[in-house]
Amino acid sequence: MTVAEFATRKSGRRVARRKLVNRVMLTLTGAAAIVAVAPLIWIVGYVVIRGAPAISLDFLTNLPTPVGIAGGGIGNAIVGSFMVVGLGLVFAVPVGLLGGLYAAARPTSRLGIAIRFATDTLAGVPSIVMGIFAYTIVVLPQGHFSAFSGAVVLSFIMLPVLVRTTEEMLKLVPGVLREGSLALGAPEWRTSLRVLVPAAINGILTGVMLAISRAAGEAAPMLFTAFGNPFMNTDFNQSVATLPHTVFVYAISPYPDWQAKAWATALVLIVLVLTLNLAARSITAWRMRRLGTIRA
Amino acid sequence: MTVAAPVPAMITTRPEVLRDERRGTEPRPTKLALRQLSVYYGSFRAVNEITLDVATSSVTAIIGPSGCGKSTLLRAINRMTDLVPNARATGEIVLDGANILDPQVDVVEVRRRVGMVFQRPNPFPKSIFDNVAYGPRLYGVRGKALGDVVEQTLRGAALWDEVKDKLRQSAYALSGGQQQRLCIARAMAVEPEVILMDEPASALDPRATLLIEELMRQLKDQYTIVIVTHNMQQAARVSDQTAFLTMGDDRAGYLVEMAATTEIFTNPKNKLTEDYVSGRFG
Repeated sequence: MTVAEFATRKSGRRVARRKLVNRVMLTLTGAAAIVAVAPLIWIVGYVVIRGAPAISLDFLTNLPTPVGIAGGGIGNAIVGSFMVVGLGLVFAVPVGLLGGLYAAARPTSRLGIAIRFATDTLAGVPSIVMGIFAYTIVVLPQGHFSAFSGAVVLSFIMLPVLVRTTEEMLKLVPGVLREGSLALGAPEWRTSLRVLVPAAINGILTGVMLAISRAAGEAAPMLFTAFGNPFMNTDFNQSVATLPHTVFVYAISPYPDWQAKAWATALVLIVLVLTLNLAARSITAWRMRRLGTIRA
Repeated sequence: MTVAAPVPAMITTRPEVLRDERRGTEPRPTKLALRQLSVYYGSFRAVNEITLDVATSSVTAIIGPSGCGKSTLLRAINRMTDLVPNARATGEIVLDGANILDPQVDVVEVRRRVGMVFQRPNPFPKSIFDNVAYGPRLYGVRGKALGDVVEQTLRGAALWDEVKDKLRQSAYALSGGQQQRLCIARAMAVEPEVILMDEPASALDPRATLLIEELMRQLKDQYTIVIVTHNMQQAARVSDQTAFLTMGDDRAGYLVEMAATTEIFTNPKNKLTEDYVSGRFG
């Protein structure tokens, strides 16, 4: 049977139809993939175009100036963002990692189920609601806004991300590694800390990065907590400016100079988060090359 | 099914042992004894009242068709079955006269004395050194002593020459066979008395398999080895005695016959054993 004969047979026509369907579906999924990637490129590209002209060393280090006075920067907001996110991490990382460890080690226990449910619910609470909550439990009793209260609310926002990624990443570690350690007589806590966590560390660090990225971009809860501050402040008991909050204040202003600064501030925020991500990735990539990664 | 015939040279080097094997008796003292050992997963009985003795410094092979509870039996011996929710073992596992299923027995101590090697190589994602050092570190070995233990263990596992220049490299850089020998070394490093091997060569190529078997022969003077294997030639090659398990009507594994390996493969008492080792069943 020649190829031509083959193609004219009924089965040949079915094959042609299948090929067509295949091509259509590939086109559809490919188009969807492009649409999914487009917003990222669009957003980043747009922010770079609008923000880059205003970036200078002075902009990164100076304090804001009043409307109409040239110059001025966001040095206070950069410092403030590092303060609230950093202190928030100090609060959230130990709890998040240990909680995730527990949930992974005892997934069917009451507490394990409760952790999963609670963190999923917490992840769904709007950040502005968390801001009001932190305002009520920290700012009101203390009587003033503070970087500390901002860190508290950011730790609430980071916590579910940390718990769930830690748990999921630990679950991906092949069970034979856990068995190998336990079979040597290692207790469970040691197995977790010395074998499971190192094996899953890349994923866990990615979770930390994700948490930082989320927290660093939160403007709404900062309205009620860190509040904003036109001066340089390094005291956790005082209010501080933060990058997303600065973007918000500048962006809704009627002054073109401030609006330009809002774009520039947004660019700084994106670059900072991106740099952190890349740094973490290169560290884990280096570790991976040295010690090998997990093969299922 | 061909069976490895006794090598003539062995008769001259180890006459007593061979003679004992022919008679089906075992001159060495019992290291490990199972007494009516049953293992349940929930209400399902996977292992049914197995009673057998394992002699000191010998290799005991456990063979049988898939699903007959070989691995479960093996895992019960260092209490890995504790890790499975709903699993429980009844009867006795007697190690040097003490029943290790007794609730008062410390499971950590059991696992130190009874090591395990798994079906697929499972080195930790650490350096070669840290893999071997993992166990000794658990028991407080530090500093120079640790380095000595690692070297001695790797020498004992016939792996030293291959890895001595790359101890700080990832264990994953090794080949599958080397990884498995590393896992054997890792188990040896805590100086266990018994080493359990669950189909240790099933994921390896023939050459790596031979190296593992060679290693087992070297280790058996020092350790009591129990190996589960699907590979009957392997059982014939490496083991001194062989236990044949199969499934009952309730799918629970039971012991059909246990005897010296040559006996099992050349002169089995039970028809089921004969069918299995001759390849007619399983």
